[in-house]
Amino acid sequence: MAAELTKPADIRSIGADYKYGFRDEEKYAFKSGRGLTPEIVAKISQMKGEPEWMLKFRLKALETFLKKPMPRWGNSELLDAIDFQNIYYYIKPSEKQGKNWDEVPEGIKKTFDRLGIPEAERKFLAGVTAQYESEVVYHSIREDLEKQGVIFLDMDSGLREHEEIVREHFGKVIPPADNKFAALNSAVWSGGSFVWVPPGVKVEIPLQAYFRINAENMGQFERTLIIAEPGSYVHYIEGCTAPIYSSDSLHSAVVELIAKKGAHIRYTTIQNWSKNVYNLVTKRAVAHEDAKIEWVDGNLGSKLTMKYPSVYLVGPRAHGEVLSVALAGGEQHQDAGAKMVHAAPDTSSIITSKSISKDGGRATYRGLVKVYKNATNVKSSVRCDALLLDEKSRSDTYPTMEVDEQQVTIEHEATVSRVGEEQLFYLMSRGLTAAEATTLIVNGFFEPFTKELPLEYAVELNRLIQLEMEGSVG
Amino acid sequence: MPNFNFPAAAGWQAKIVPGGRRLPNETMSQTKPILAIKNLHVSVEDKEILKGVSLTINAGEVHALMGRTGSGKSTLSYTLMGHPRYKVTAGQILYKGEDLTAMPADARARAGIYLAFQYPVAIPGVSVSNFLRAAVKARRGTELTIKEFRKELREQMNRLEMKDDFLSRYINDGFSGGEKKRLEILQMSLLKPELAVLDETDSGLDIDALKTVAGGINAMTGPDLSVLLITHYQRILNYITPQFVHVMQEGRIVLSGGSELAHELEARGYDWVTQEPAATTDAAVAQALAP
Repeated sequence: MAAELTKPADIRSIGADYKYGFRDEEKYAFKSGRGLTPEIVAKISQMKGEPEWMLKFRLKALETFLKKPMPRWGNSELLDAIDFQNIYYYIKPSEKQGKNWDEVPEGIKKTFDRLGIPEAERKFLAGVTAQYESEVVYHSIREDLEKQGVIFLDMDSGLREHEEIVREHFGKVIPPADNKFAALNSAVWSGGSFVWVPPGVKVEIPLQAYFRINAENMGQFERTLIIAEPGSYVHYIEGCTAPIYSSDSLHSAVVELIAKKGAHIRYTTIQNWSKNVYNLVTKRAVAHEDAKIEWVDGNLGSKLTMKYPSVYLVGPRAHGEVLSVALAGGEQHQDAGAKMVHAAPDTSSIITSKSISKDGGRATYRGLVKVYKNATNVKSSVRCDALLLDEKSRSDTYPTMEVDEQQVTIEHEATVSRVGEEQLFYLMSRGLTAAEATTLIVNGFFEPFTKELPLEYAVELNRLIQLEMEGSVG
Repeated sequence: MPNFNFPAAAGWQAKIVPGGRRLPNETMSQTKPILAIKNLHVSVEDKEILKGVSLTINAGEVHALMGRTGSGKSTLSYTLMGHPRYKVTAGQILYKGEDLTAMPADARARAGIYLAFQYPVAIPGVSVSNFLRAAVKARRGTELTIKEFRKELREQMNRLEMKDDFLSRYINDGFSGGEKKRLEILQMSLLKPELAVLDETDSGLDIDALKTVAGGINAMTGPDLSVLLITHYQRILNYITPQFVHVMQEGRIVLSGGSELAHELEARGYDWVTQEPAATTDAAVAQALAP
């Protein structure tokens, strides 16, 4: 099964400007064949030693996936170009999971070194779930978290060690039949994080995971489930970067959040996929009475991103927020947005979306605010700002409102602007080059997002934007 | 319109050095022009605004440029700074003997030219302190340590009576007129230009703010700084005394004189200039071209 890939000769020349475009030798304990069949799905489940209900869940999801049509929105042309039979659905890098740094294989360590993981670890990581290929290879939890009773595991271990909690919640927020890619993920998922926070526990330090795709034509289908019991708080951070490859990679994650009564979950993502990655992600949260959900979502890189973090506000006074930024460069399409579903009275939501398009890139905001009958006194505010850096780039806004209740307050505001000649001139008249000036303006545009990030991530994001701007401004 | 060919300023060839430093073998006496504008014609979107401006400023001099709204004063200031929309169609701008025409704004700034804007733009999300640090680095070519930078910043901010919270605000975002002008002068004090063009820095200031801002400017003037002070009113000239005053009208400098000219203008109004015979204009040109 462990087929060796022949590396195309031109790998080095592709995306030589991509900072994280290095590539390590591949050493895998197991690599599934290309394509998707019930046999491959069964093999994945068997390799992981899963209970029978999970195997059945996977096989049923596979059926759903094969039956479901491709979404007819977003970017059909790019979606139709995906060849599902030419993808590896499961790769296991090494047999054993590393418990501490010394046990992590050398090649993988090298990758993390380049991504700055050990420093981050030393500084403030509460626990690391670093996903290399489809399997979690490194995972540690600080002792104080364990003492608090917080569970922070990779999803596979979560299933093994806490089967009852997983079974109760897995696939309940996002059932496999929700959409074609949720079905695909449900059939072949591997890795991701499992977090359970006991009632009343506030996790002060953000939980972080680092994901990385490292094999050509390999799908990455992580599955994350976070459950915050009543009155608890947790901040989960996911940061992604992937190396450049010569053919398309598919990333299709499912993330389910459950905030029980009075609980608060913040989920922060910064993604910097290489420019050939399809990033088709389903993220949804359920907020019960007095609960609060915040999605902080940054999308850089990828060929096509389709991602609409959602909050289902099912209990009175629940609150949902989505704060997202997207940067679409040449031959990139960021189709991102948010959904707020108000199903209970006195619920409130805020959507703030900021996008930048440059070099002919395309950014789309696609959003939904839905208010059910009897969900009275709902307040919702939607704001989308788009910044175009040149004439050939594109920005679209598709806000949808479905309101079945009279007694609501909904605000919507959308702006599209260009980097102002006067702003550019002002900064250049102080000695900044055109590229430096543009970077400053763009960073300023993203500032409402950046200031919500932990310092290290904010610095990294600003650096990534700087790299994006260099060379694109004459 | 004839295109006059002026002899190149002889006797000195100062090279523009990034960071504004002078090469050791160059001796700049007080009489050498830092700025020589020769028969400058400028168009904006194919409409000619400046129709042959000539003006010479020597090192250390303070010149006031007065005139009605729409006479071309701000066009001159934008052109000197290198705004891409202002096209030089004829004539020359020599800064320390080098023609600026093809030089972009950022290179001019690094060479020591500064423009205090009449209407500084807001840049949301960019904090004043980040911006100032980037600008100082660009102008000086080296980065100050945070400590050095803070020390220098604090001194200058005290002089301009600015509070610390200013630094964390976004550039000109929600600033009052007075705050914007203070920030312009604060930047000037940090960037230490050799030639500063102050475009209506007095407008929108109450009398106390005007005194503070003028005090800030006066603290910088001296042999290392030449100033072109653009103003509509004589008011600021009560606090900053120019050696020369020029009057601009319909894209030309029509009258030049000493500081007393400002008072005369104040007393008699701009109409008085219009009624002056053309000979005065020639005299003004002659004065402006004098070495």
